Amino acid sequence: MAFKGLDFYRIDDLLTDEERIVRDTVRRFVDEQVLPVIDKHFEEGTFPTQLLPRMAEMGLFGANLPEEYGCANMNNIAYGLVMQELERGDSGLRSFVSVQGALVMYPIFAFGSEQQKRHWLPLLARGEKIGCFGLTEPDHGSDPGAMETRARRTDKGWVLNGTKRWITNGTIADVAIIWAKAGEEIRGFIVETDRPGFQAPEIKAKLSLRASVTSDLILDDVEVPEDSLLPETGGLKSPLMCLNQARYGIAWGGIGAAMACYDCALEYTRGRTQFDKPIAQFQLVQDKLAHMLTEITKAQLVAWRLGKLKDEGKLHFAQVSMAKRNNVWVGLETARLARDLMGANGITLEYPVFRHMCNLESVYTYEGTDHIHTLILGEYITGLPAYK
Amino acid sequence: MKIISCIKPVPDPASRLIINESKTWIKDNDLTFVASEADNYALEEALRLKEKHQGDVAILSMGGDEAARVLRSGLAMGADRAIHLLDPKFKGADEFAAAETLAKAIEKDGGADLVLAGVQSDDLGTGMTGVMLAEFLGYAHATVVIGVEADPAAKTLKVKRELEGGINETVELPFPAVLTIQFGINQPRYASLKGIMAAKKKELKAWSAADLGLSDNLVGKPGAMYEVKEVFVPERKSRVEIITGTAEEAAAKLVEKLRKEAKVI
Repeated sequence: MAFKGLDFYRIDDLLTDEERIVRDTVRRFVDEQVLPVIDKHFEEGTFPTQLLPRMAEMGLFGANLPEEYGCANMNNIAYGLVMQELERGDSGLRSFVSVQGALVMYPIFAFGSEQQKRHWLPLLARGEKIGCFGLTEPDHGSDPGAMETRARRTDKGWVLNGTKRWITNGTIADVAIIWAKAGEEIRGFIVETDRPGFQAPEIKAKLSLRASVTSDLILDDVEVPEDSLLPETGGLKSPLMCLNQARYGIAWGGIGAAMACYDCALEYTRGRTQFDKPIAQFQLVQDKLAHMLTEITKAQLVAWRLGKLKDEGKLHFAQVSMAKRNNVWVGLETARLARDLMGANGITLEYPVFRHMCNLESVYTYEGTDHIHTLILGEYITGLPAYK
Repeated sequence: MKIISCIKPVPDPASRLIINESKTWIKDNDLTFVASEADNYALEEALRLKEKHQGDVAILSMGGDEAARVLRSGLAMGADRAIHLLDPKFKGADEFAAAETLAKAIEKDGGADLVLAGVQSDDLGTGMTGVMLAEFLGYAHATVVIGVEADPAAKTLKVKRELEGGINETVELPFPAVLTIQFGINQPRYASLKGIMAAKKKELKAWSAADLGLSDNLVGKPGAMYEVKEVFVPERKSRVEIITGTAEEAAAKLVEKLRKEAKVI
């Protein structure tokens, strides 16, 4: 049956008709196209590439970028609702769209030359090219400023050397946004993945985000022309601006996963009878359901307000940190409680909760760990940076 | 080709329905409304015919805000323009009054080559409005349609209809015609985000009963031919009987009961 949504505080009343149509359209897409196949992909550890043409047709890649580059120019609430619904399907699918839009198309849009924008953005929006984002390295996660990847200038352009890890879409990408130090300054490069010296082996044996491709990127004397450099990049601030875009979408995604788990647990506990009554009638079960509903409702309000601030140009990155940290926690908390309420049935792929729970363990860590977002808030509150 | 596709807003099938105090309908104030499912198939068919033969697809709906909402969704899917029949006087219409109102709107819009509607609505499911609409317009009609081929030059349609018992038939109709579209005739498209944005700029006009030249006694409740006296939740009755004995004995008893008591074989 179609997902009916969860809207205890009538947040729908705050949405415009367009925003609701966007949400309902992606919701239907997830019900009809994603949910019937996602368990199999998760079990087999494969990404559902067959869904990409339709997602591109719907305009889900870079949906909040301008029309002149082939994008839909959606506002940030509508964009967030897309992320929410995709993650209700699976974090892997939402991750793909986050990377393609916020981490590949956004940096080209924000830091690229007009020529780079006109060449790459329509190709990426149409899904004809897949992108990945290379910032994290095997030894540098939360502290990307200490990266070891280097860009050396030559007569013809640049030579890149280094290794990136935990790169979503890496193995299937046609193009990578690579962050490297040119001298002491971090710069961004658009690197086609078929260049000699570029390898992207897939990281296997993951127990999370199994329906998503995660890779190492190995750059061994990869030569790129001068116009591969994103001219407006300069310093760690540039990749962090990209991450801020992606974190915004993740704050909505956490709600989607939470709604899926809550919905499943509610239906299960109403139907499951023990001691001659539905287990939903037990106080301990109701306590957990009430907790889930409360946290999801709070997360919805946080995300909606964050979207409004973003649309009004008043967004502070610490506000994004709060939303990412809180809403992913809500997703994980809801998934764990749902698993608990569903007993042994909760651990199978027959229900979505354990899959979401496994996925959210990654989401909790990527795009700024829970700890790092806590410290960003800590610095905002006290003015004292813990990580410096 | 000028096509008008009719859309009825109905409560979201996932809603929890509660009967109102007067027991004449459900409480619909707080419900979310969506386009009746069969009407989505009709609109998709209209859009495909337009893509094949060119022309104009208008969508038509009657009701309050809920109708405006389903019309915006239809525009986002790709309809060119929308007509919203908006008047408190339209409330309480039955199929007959609705068909007359829709027919007047289509006439006011200059008629159409083809009018499409879902085979039946998700809420009442009587399947009558489309047929009555054809009668009011004086158009040819075909019901339970599972395939449409149009020849705009010859102004004819070849239509495949689903009959009972797995039998289909093909009929030919002249323009103008009303077709009621069966579920599953196609796979309705997903609106694209660009389509949703573009829909904001498309024409959505509202017409009242006065705009259509319809007097008060012909629309809404006064124009209806029947009145709903009571709606109720069907009483659940189930009878379970365990048939005992060996497999052979039980099977014989079961066949006997199915034949004589249940009269199903």
